[in-house]
Amino acid sequence: MTYILEGETGPWEIVCGLEVHAQVISQSKLFSGAATTFGASPNSQVSFVDAGFPGMLPVINAECVAQAVRTGLGLNAQVNLWSRFDRKNYFYADLPSGYQISQFAHPIIGTGIIEITLSDGSVKQIGVTRLHLEQDAGKSLHDQHASKSFIDLNRAGVALMEIVSEPDLRSPEEAGAYLTKLRQILRYLGTCDGNMDEGSMRADVNVSVRKHGEEFRTRCEVKNVNSIRFVMLAVEAEARRQIAVWESGEEVRQETRLFDIARQETRSMRSKEDAHDYRYFPDPDLPPLVLDAAWVEQLRLALPELPDARRARYVAMGLTPYDAHVLTLEKETAAFFDVVATGRDAKLAANWVTGDFFAALNKLKRDITDPPVSAEDLGAMLDLMADGTLSGKLAKEVFEAMVESGKGPAAIVEERGMRQVTDTGAIEIVIDGVMAANADKVAEYRGGKDKLFAFFVGQTMKAMQGKGNPAVVNQVLKAKLGG
Amino acid sequence: MSVMDWGIAQARAALAKGKVSAEELTRAHLTAIETLNPRLNAFITVTGEQAIAAARASDTRRGRGEVGALEGIPLAVKDLFCTAGVRTTAGSRILADFIPPYESTVTAQLLRDGAVFLGKVNLDEFAMGSSNLTSAYGGVENPWKRAGSPDVKLVPGGSSGGSAAAVAARLVMGATGTDTGGSIRQPAAFCGITGIKPSYGRCSRFGVVAFASSLDQAGAFARSVEDCAILLGSMSGFDPRDSTSADVAVPDFAAAAERGVKGLRIGVPREYRLGGLSAEIAALWEQGLAWLRDAGAEIVEISLPHTKYALPTYYIVAPAEASSNLARYDGVRFGSREKGDDLRDLYERTRAAGFGDEVKRRIMIGTYVLSAGYYDAYYLRAQKIRALITRDFTDAFGRVDAIVTPTTPSAAFAEGENTDDPVTMYLNDVFTVTANLAGLPGMSVPAGLDKQGLPLGLQVIGRNFDEETVFAVGRAIERAAAFSAKPAVMA
Repeated sequence: MTYILEGETGPWEIVCGLEVHAQVISQSKLFSGAATTFGASPNSQVSFVDAGFPGMLPVINAECVAQAVRTGLGLNAQVNLWSRFDRKNYFYADLPSGYQISQFAHPIIGTGIIEITLSDGSVKQIGVTRLHLEQDAGKSLHDQHASKSFIDLNRAGVALMEIVSEPDLRSPEEAGAYLTKLRQILRYLGTCDGNMDEGSMRADVNVSVRKHGEEFRTRCEVKNVNSIRFVMLAVEAEARRQIAVWESGEEVRQETRLFDIARQETRSMRSKEDAHDYRYFPDPDLPPLVLDAAWVEQLRLALPELPDARRARYVAMGLTPYDAHVLTLEKETAAFFDVVATGRDAKLAANWVTGDFFAALNKLKRDITDPPVSAEDLGAMLDLMADGTLSGKLAKEVFEAMVESGKGPAAIVEERGMRQVTDTGAIEIVIDGVMAANADKVAEYRGGKDKLFAFFVGQTMKAMQGKGNPAVVNQVLKAKLGG
Repeated sequence: MSVMDWGIAQARAALAKGKVSAEELTRAHLTAIETLNPRLNAFITVTGEQAIAAARASDTRRGRGEVGALEGIPLAVKDLFCTAGVRTTAGSRILADFIPPYESTVTAQLLRDGAVFLGKVNLDEFAMGSSNLTSAYGGVENPWKRAGSPDVKLVPGGSSGGSAAAVAARLVMGATGTDTGGSIRQPAAFCGITGIKPSYGRCSRFGVVAFASSLDQAGAFARSVEDCAILLGSMSGFDPRDSTSADVAVPDFAAAAERGVKGLRIGVPREYRLGGLSAEIAALWEQGLAWLRDAGAEIVEISLPHTKYALPTYYIVAPAEASSNLARYDGVRFGSREKGDDLRDLYERTRAAGFGDEVKRRIMIGTYVLSAGYYDAYYLRAQKIRALITRDFTDAFGRVDAIVTPTTPSAAFAEGENTDDPVTMYLNDVFTVTANLAGLPGMSVPAGLDKQGLPLGLQVIGRNFDEETVFAVGRAIERAAAFSAKPAVMA
């Protein structure tokens, strides 16, 4: 599916690549022992290393390295057993050392692949150029005082993975799908929480436009976009701006831009001429990072199941591709489903999770991590259906009661006496009563009015307060009415 | 012999026998500092009260039978080592009021072993200089005088000028130093004492204000090879807080010094002979080689063909790293701050007022050689030559066990000499920088006097992490030279 923007001079194609900054999940920072908890009071998680004090030295945090390697493995990417840290030099108040430690020339992870699925069902492979580890900067707060800026260094030194894609994305939808998939993979791996509103994942969006078949034209970089929807909007807005520039006879200048969400347009931040000269050079405080191939292999073997594999497994279990997709979007949902489905009818489990359970989540505005009904309880309810204790209709009632009370299905069935009646004798007695009370209708039915069968089912169920086993009810009714 | 003339080994023996207490030793040295420091300006900060308290604590420990390797020994600390609760200036205005809340690993280890610190000693600003004249706290007077010129103030060398002068003038028994291009060995030679820069990675750099991280290495000054060995033994060892620190065992350096040189092969780099070496220095060198030959060593001519590129290489690599290392002195979190209209103005005013000319010069050189378009021609090429220089040494150490050269091209010069052109000043490092570029241990041992009566040193360079051989060769030179001349100004 080709996405085309129509300009005055004809159709234009979008060329887009993303640089995603993903905060590594780790107890402590990339080069210091300070904690990384989000939302702590300002400057409470800062070591002397983070604050760039004289004589302080960085020491690499092995867990952050492991997280980067896991991510590389999850992106089917090459793991570089030899990589190196460089200093990126620039002055800013929230950059304590005057340089950021990053991996410029020799990243820890090389090329990889992310497969995205588009709304028309087509699948596209997007190249990952590289992934490297680097330190985050602190935060400047300019709105706390009339004439002063405040600095919070809690974030300074936290490990980031910068994940750079190839310029393979051709539409806002593809950009959105890529970011969604990347986020999904990171969350499955447990290497980044993907909380874009907390800033633990943010994207720089590189956009250019071209006529079909052309080489790449000049690109612009839209910095620090912090939601998937905004990334899609920014791609569209920036592409349209560039088309307008080209079509007015001007040239697009390479520059860094910001996305103004309110106005849905990008505006210039700094041009290439104003760009910093970062004076990258190998950090002399850190020897090259050399990984043991056997250690990488251990990490590979310990990788969790990733979304693509999980989806395929669900389809093989009999789920529709759509249900499999929906259930694997979030790792937590898939884990919930696995508990419900294990040892049970997978299709039925999927129907319940995506149906009544999701409806309950929506209605209560609750999250899969805080479900009103536990996966174990939902599974137990399915067991009660399987052993004939509950009919589908009763199950819905029981489920509602579970949502309301938080109690398990067995307790509710017991309390409310909702046990389904499957005893043929008991059902026969009720049906005899219904037929006696509706002798006229029995005659009509026997005279050929088949549609009345449903009436008898309804009357029987009503008499049994819904507890009659539908299959048995049907079977007995058929026999008796057939008389 | 006066208490003040004791070396560390002698003082340890006297303390052990109870002939003197740590407090008495400390008080005697503090008195000497009080008398001579106003003239020599070796100390930036004297910590008299803390020193006496520390000496008393040492005596108490000794009373309990807890005796560290440096128990009660009065030392000075180069003001580049962060010392918890004690101002650490790096010789710069920008850190004039900086009191670190942490202790460097090296000084922590010395304290662990019972040393008593008398204060923080002067240095070239951020260790950038060969004369101690770039210090924001004034120059240091070399306690030695040219014969017949008692009024000419000579420099002690640099950057560890305060350390060398304080040890030479008997204000302390030993001192820490750092050596990035010769900053221990050159002042040791100028002040007629012994100084060792160990292998890169032997001493932790944690808590040492950084100049050029890939070259900086802590080391020791004392008045004998044995004392240097004792000090270095305490300072050395792996530190998990410094990723470039080496996880290798620390041998008994003092024992190694007594091994002798019989059967050792001593290399003499032919390239060091070139370029107008003065007759006096050449003669001293020959003398040194003759002593070693007499002691049973074999003298072998070697070639270090890339030596001629060492100085330019050093003056690209060191400023490049310095330009980045010194970016943190921005007035935002610590150190001095000048008011500014905005952030950039604050930076510019703070750094303009806080740094001296030599520091600014090197930051500019370093910024230039790392900048886009120049990186390949300067920094990258310098790194390649650095690798070649290292390979020269690797090749040479396939044939010899140690290399002996002069430490400096001349004896101490006077304030005002060598200062018209920074490059002339840089030439002081010509014999010493190669050891830093290659990460090798190097030591300067006083070996004689020039015709003006000023001390000259010989340098011993060893294999990576083979300080033991360096100490053995240094001790052999020390023994043969029997250097007993004393500076004009001393306690």
